Amino acid sequence: MMLIDCPNCGPRNETEFKFGGQAHVAYPDDPQALSDKEWAQYLFYRKNPRGINAERWVHAAGCRKWFNALRDTVTYEFKAIYGAGEARPELQNTEGGTR
Amino acid sequence: MAKHSVIEPTTDLRRSPAAHLAEAMAQASVAGTRAVALREIALASAVSLRAVPGSAGHQALAEATGVGLPTGVGEVAGSVAGTAVLWLGPDEFMAFNAAGQELTEPLDSALGQAPGQVIDLSANRAVLELRGAGATLVLRKSCPADLHPRAFAVNQAITTTVANVPILLWRTAENSWYVMPRASFTEHVVHWMIDAMAEFAADPVS
Repeated sequence: MMLIDCPNCGPRNETEFKFGGQAHVAYPDDPQALSDKEWAQYLFYRKNPRGINAERWVHAAGCRKWFNALRDTVTYEFKAIYGAGEARPELQNTEGGTR
Repeated sequence: MAKHSVIEPTTDLRRSPAAHLAEAMAQASVAGTRAVALREIALASAVSLRAVPGSAGHQALAEATGVGLPTGVGEVAGSVAGTAVLWLGPDEFMAFNAAGQELTEPLDSALGQAPGQVIDLSANRAVLELRGAGATLVLRKSCPADLHPRAFAVNQAITTTVANVPILLWRTAENSWYVMPRASFTEHVVHWMIDAMAEFAADPVS
């Protein structure tokens, strides 16, 4: 079991949350101007880093609100949790977790 | 065309989600040092309230409920004895009255045209009461939330899951819990609880 710290509800079991993919994928300013390739890049191409990844999460079985998180894809550790729409915070310590 | 007969009043036709399980729930009650009993609070009234804190609509609703609106996770304004308002999210609340008192109309007129929402959701959820010295132990078998009194005090309520389905969980007394699944999950939750309660008839294996 892993606890995820919901900004509204506090620490809750991971089973109450749903993963929402990579964060900070901005909708194109002018979608009509994109080529098919650029549109496909926007729709389907996502980062898959080994290490810190900025992700969207939703507390599906709780307050039903979205938030962003920096998560280490190696250790699963949540490094930072911040609001939807907020800028990605700078991490002081990006070393691996304790698990 | 055949003439249709009209059945009046229509309120006589309302059935609560667990009405057909009442006998099964009564038979599943266990006595002893870890007593636990399950029953349904039938036909309670519930109203969904949505308004952003700080807005005029939020203030109007807070005055209209008579008990205010809760401000944070777990908080309940009022108590189970009368009308209570449960916190579901930063801008989402649920007004509840176990006796089925009409709540929608006064709240709706209080909100007026301000941005927000007042919707009667009385038929949305079943209200199951789990009561007894063993009630918390039964819930712990499948609820991932921290039910210890230091984290979950009397008259607190949260949204969480039981038996893998989403529920509203409200501690109405030290050994009494309101478990509120959506109506379509009632059958599942009741049968899961009946099964979970069976072991508490015997003394714990030491």
